Amino acid sequence: MKTIFLDFEQPVAELESKIEELQNVHDDSDIDISEEITRLNKKSQILTKDIYSKLGAWQISQVARHAQRPYTLDYLQHIFTDFEELHGDRAYADDPAIVGGLARFDGQSVMVIGHQKGRDTKEKIYRNFGMPRPEGYRKALRLMRMAEKFGIPVMTFIDTPGAYPGIGAEERGQSEAIARNLYVMSELRTPIICTIIGEGGSGGALAIGVGDVTLMLQYSSYSVISPEGCASILWKSAEKAPLAAETLGITANRLKTLGLVDKIISEPIGGAHRDPETMMQTLKKALQESMNQIQKNPSLDELLKARYQRLMSYGKFKETA
Amino acid sequence: MSWFEKLLPPKIKRKISSENKKSVPEGLWSKCPTCESVLYRTDLEKNLEVCPKCGHHYRISARTRLHLLLDAEGRQEIGASVTPVDSLKFKDSKRYTERLVDAKRDTGETDALVVMQGSVKNVHLVAAAFEFKFMGGSMGSVVGERFVRGVDVCLEKKLPFVCFSASGGARMQEGLLSLMQMAKTSAALARLGDAGLPFISVLTDPTMGGVSASFAMLGDVIVAEPNALIGFAGPRVIEQTVRETLPEGFQRAEFLVEHGAVDLIVDRRQMRDRLASLITMMSRMPAAA
Repeated sequence: MKTIFLDFEQPVAELESKIEELQNVHDDSDIDISEEITRLNKKSQILTKDIYSKLGAWQISQVARHAQRPYTLDYLQHIFTDFEELHGDRAYADDPAIVGGLARFDGQSVMVIGHQKGRDTKEKIYRNFGMPRPEGYRKALRLMRMAEKFGIPVMTFIDTPGAYPGIGAEERGQSEAIARNLYVMSELRTPIICTIIGEGGSGGALAIGVGDVTLMLQYSSYSVISPEGCASILWKSAEKAPLAAETLGITANRLKTLGLVDKIISEPIGGAHRDPETMMQTLKKALQESMNQIQKNPSLDELLKARYQRLMSYGKFKETA
Repeated sequence: MSWFEKLLPPKIKRKISSENKKSVPEGLWSKCPTCESVLYRTDLEKNLEVCPKCGHHYRISARTRLHLLLDAEGRQEIGASVTPVDSLKFKDSKRYTERLVDAKRDTGETDALVVMQGSVKNVHLVAAAFEFKFMGGSMGSVVGERFVRGVDVCLEKKLPFVCFSASGGARMQEGLLSLMQMAKTSAALARLGDAGLPFISVLTDPTMGGVSASFAMLGDVIVAEPNALIGFAGPRVIEQTVRETLPEGFQRAEFLVEHGAVDLIVDRRQMRDRLASLITMMSRMPAAA
């Protein structure tokens, strides 16, 4: 698959197309220019590394939404085995914007739940661009309850622009669906590991994001409102989105400093989509570590106590006499 | 701007626009926004800020709300010592710190939630109310913390909890910290639920976004004031997304009852009696005097 380059990656794009041209020449002729190609490849790597070492919040949010970024089902395929997708909320419908089911992680049973975006236009529409409706959250809730019942750890993968703002979604109680998940996840009697793999869009993300550990990929974002939304409300212009992104503090680094994210998972040079294989391995290792960490807890009660204390610690305020 | 206004010299233009901006003065009379009846301020106050002609419920301040609800004796504020900080150094057209100063000046409150321990018809409880005029009743760290402290008092003293929401949602100026207040408040309610203590959520105009998608929709009983706007996404956002005109009465309290999201609508003038009745029944107590 041909890499899609973002605006700020244009220098790399130019270099890459030059390399491709040379590659074609190389294939067609007898002149050996492989040395030149190697040199340019190296240069492209260095350039990418350089660009990515100084990414701003807005640029990171572009990488987080990259059309080729690995999605939940990609991670499911490579990190887990025996995935059995389970469908429906048993009340109204199955929401393809959230996928979930039983799988094995290093042989151990886990319940995997994640937002799912689409690749091509048809699938994007089918997945509603990864924006869940209430039935998606209720399916997630049903699967979490099942995991609790059988003592199976839950792993969630977050990647959504937000919960769907539609008429039907409101009629069927979007607010209640999100709220109920927050309530239940806060004391679900089984470990929960949450990973932000792409876009962490507000309440729609948090609704499967309450747990014992929060991991965040290096170039993913997590925000109370999209930079565009924030800009149009507070700056009265969506064009101020880059400024809003910077101000909102939506990057893994800022959130780690605020204590809202536990661990940042580093991505390959140029982002997860440039080298998915490496990304899968890195994330798998991080999930293994988190799992081991959690299982060191002497008991489930201790784990839940720590989860509650963690939730209660969220917030910054002054205490005046 | 119309063609006529464009033609006007700047001075006259200014005069016209300032005239347009002139709002109804906070004086003796008030015009009901629903039925347009001109009402005498004192009558309105006596009627708990409900239009005597058509029943329109005016938005009221957090303190007025708690004053109307609680018995005069034995009120005690909770969490007043918790005040906001600008941890992101947030600045749009204005600094967050400036917005906080303005909001404090306009409302007399230090943040958007006021919590009090007290009683309703001698039934002891903790009640919280949102101050919508404080940055749109938005939920940041202080709102979350005060809410939790209110719940903690309930847990400690075995009291029921009542919350009147009026909020546009999460407070953008606190970034993700504000989003996390949704999880924090919901987790506290889970504890309250485990202890078998009732939580009644009263939704008033408007209850939207992160507040609606957390504790507000987690009441054992969810009450709404008539015609209150309640929902997750704002009507304009939905209209832009689905490119359809929204149905009549969409996201109004009556619509939510019809769709099974709210238990009942209670007129503000009966709120005290009905809440006392609900709480006593839920707590298996004799009827309130």
